[in-house]
Amino acid sequence: MRCNITALLGGFCAVAMLAATEGSSMSLPKTVEAGDAFSIQSTGSGNATLLIIGPLQLLKRDVRLGETVFFAAGSLYNAGRYLAVLTKESSTESGTFDVVPSNKPADLRFLAKPSRLPVSQHDSITGAVYIFDAYQNLIAAPMKVSFELSDPSGAEQQRTVMAHDGAAWSAMDSTSHQGIDKFVARIGDLSSTRVIGQVPGDPCGLKMSALQSGQNLRLVTEPVRDCSGNAEPDGTIVTFTESYDGGQSTVDVPLKRGIAEVQMAAIKGAAISVASGVVMGNLIRWEK
Amino acid sequence: MKIGHFLAALLGGITIALVAIGTVWPVPSAVAYAGREGLLRSSSTPEMAIENLGNEIRLQDWQEAYSSLVNKAQFTQSEFMRDLTGYYPSLLTYSNVDSVEVLPLHASPNEADVELRLHYSTVVGSTTITRKLRVVKDGDRWKPEWPITKEPDLPPQVIPVNYLRWDVIYRGQGDDWGMQDVEAPHVRIVDMHPVDRAEGVVILGELLNEDVVPAYVSVAATLLSKNQTPIATEDSFDKISHLLLPKQITPFLIKFPNVALSDVGSIRMSPLSALIPASADPVIEIANEELHPTRGASLTGQLINQSGQIVNVAHVLGTFYDSKGQVVWITDGYIDSALLPQIPVPFEIHIPEDLAKSVSSQRTVVSTYSFGGPQ
Repeated sequence: MRCNITALLGGFCAVAMLAATEGSSMSLPKTVEAGDAFSIQSTGSGNATLLIIGPLQLLKRDVRLGETVFFAAGSLYNAGRYLAVLTKESSTESGTFDVVPSNKPADLRFLAKPSRLPVSQHDSITGAVYIFDAYQNLIAAPMKVSFELSDPSGAEQQRTVMAHDGAAWSAMDSTSHQGIDKFVARIGDLSSTRVIGQVPGDPCGLKMSALQSGQNLRLVTEPVRDCSGNAEPDGTIVTFTESYDGGQSTVDVPLKRGIAEVQMAAIKGAAISVASGVVMGNLIRWEK
Repeated sequence: MKIGHFLAALLGGITIALVAIGTVWPVPSAVAYAGREGLLRSSSTPEMAIENLGNEIRLQDWQEAYSSLVNKAQFTQSEFMRDLTGYYPSLLTYSNVDSVEVLPLHASPNEADVELRLHYSTVVGSTTITRKLRVVKDGDRWKPEWPITKEPDLPPQVIPVNYLRWDVIYRGQGDDWGMQDVEAPHVRIVDMHPVDRAEGVVILGELLNEDVVPAYVSVAATLLSKNQTPIATEDSFDKISHLLLPKQITPFLIKFPNVALSDVGSIRMSPLSALIPASADPVIEIANEELHPTRGASLTGQLINQSGQIVNVAHVLGTFYDSKGQVVWITDGYIDSALLPQIPVPFEIHIPEDLAKSVSSQRTVVSTYSFGGPQ
C-alpha cells in the first residue's frame, strides 16, 4: 500500500512538472511607442530567459514565469519590428511586436539649397525637412510644417505644407535684396534655421567714363549694380577693350570699392567698350 | 652544342662587339650628352660658330659660351647666363635647351647675320627662343656677338595694392547632416561648337563664371556616336584658364585626335567648378594686340603687369571670332619670362593659316602664376 502511494505522488509530480514546462506563454503588446515603458506578462512557472531582438538592439532578461516583466522607459527606442523569444530549457516560445516612433517631433533635419544664389529667382530656394522623434526615428504620421524665408529688409514668405512619410518640402523665391536670408522650418515650437546668401544678379546699365590723364585715358565705371539696384561685389571682373586702327588692348579689372578703374593709352579714333560677363556696357569713341 | 646555347653565345658576342664599337667611335650626340666636346667643331664658318655657341648653351657650359663671344666686354658672364635662364624665376628657370637650330640670314666676307633658335623643354611643353646674332671674322675664326637683353630696370617704388582675396571654409565634420555646405560656384558654358580638323575633332567654347566667388574650372566632353555609345572623353587640360574670377570668361579647347565629326552623333559637355581661395590681383593689361592674318598667322601684343607683384609664369589664351561673333579658333602660349610691374613683355600666339582669314575679332585672357601660390 505504501509503495502504491509513493508511486502515485511521483507520477503527480512528473505530470505537474511537464505541465509547467509546456504551459509557459507570454502576452506581448501590439505596439510600443519608442522610449516608452512597457511590460510583458508571462504564464507558467519556473525560470526562463526572455530575449527581445530588434533593429540595433538586443535585450536579455532572466524571468520567473507567471510574473509580469517590466521594461523601464527608454529600454526600446529604435522603431521597427521586434522579436520576443522566451526560452526554458529546450522549449521556446516567440512572438513579435512593433516599436513605433513617438508622435512628438523632437528634431528637424532641414536641408536648404542653394546656400548662395542671385536675387529675384522664382522658386529657386528649396527646403526639405525630415521629422524625427527624440530617438531619431522618422515620424511618418502626417503633420503641418511651416517654412518661412525672411530677407534683410524684413520681407517674409511663408508656406505651410503637410508632411508625409516623415518629409515635407517647399520652394521659395529669392527676393530682390542681396544679403543673408533666414530660412526657418517650423513644427509647433520646434524649428531649424538655415541661412541663404542672396547675391546680386548680372550687372545692369554698366556705364563708364573716360578722362584724359597725360598720354593715357583714365577709364572709370559708375558704381556697378544689378537690375534691382544691388551693388556688385568687389572682385567682379569688368573688361575694358580699346580698339583702334589695326590693334586692340584689353584689361580685365576687378571691381574695387564698387567701381572698376584702369588706365589705357589715349589713341585718337579708338573705340572703347566695357563689359562684365555677358553684359555689355556703353561705348566711347575717343576723338581728341 | 645545342642551338639555344649557340644563339646565346652569338647574341652575347654581338652585344660586346657593339659596345666596343660605340666606345671607340661614339656618335657625336652621345659624346655631347656625355659632357665632352664632341659636338663642337672649329668655328670656321659663321654657322659653325653659332652652332657651337648653341651647343655650349644647351650643355650649360656658360664659361665656354661666354668666352666665345666677341662682345663679352659689354656684359658679365652672370648677365649672359641670366639672359638665357631668366633674371627672375620664370618658365625658363625650370627648363633645358633640347635642341639648337641655326639659320643663316646674310653673309659678307667679314661679317654675317645668323638666327639661333633654342628649343627648350619646359614643364608646359616646348618653347622656342629666337635670337638674331651678328657674327664677325676674327683671323681664321668667326665669333658671335650676343644680343644681350639686360635686366629690366625696375625703379624702386611703392605700389599700393588693395588686395581682394577670397578664402573658403567648408562644413565641419561635427555639423549635422542637414547643414548645407558652401555652394560650388555657378558656371555656364556660353558658347560651344565642334570643328572638324585634319587632326580630329576639336571642341571650341567659352565658359562664364556667373557667380560672385572665384571658381576653379575645367571642362570635359564626351563624344557620342549616332547610336549614343561613347566614342571618347577628353578634357581641356591647359587650353583653359582654370581660375575664373566673378563674371570672368575663359575660352576652352578640347581635342579628340583621330575622330571624324561625321561619326559623332552628339556631345555631352561636363563643366566642373569648385571653390578656390584666390586673389583678384595681379591685373594684367593686354596692350597693342595686333592680328597678323598673313603667312605665319599670329596675334601679337604686350602684357603689362599693372600690379606690384612679380608674375613668374603667364599663360595667354586667345579666342578668335568670325564676323558673326562665332568662335573660329582658340590658341594659347606661355610667356618665357617673368612679368615685372609695369614692364611690357611681348607675346605672340599662332593661328592656323587657313582660319586666320575668317578671323574678324579676338579676345585675349591671361592666367598667371606666381611662385608661392596660384593667383
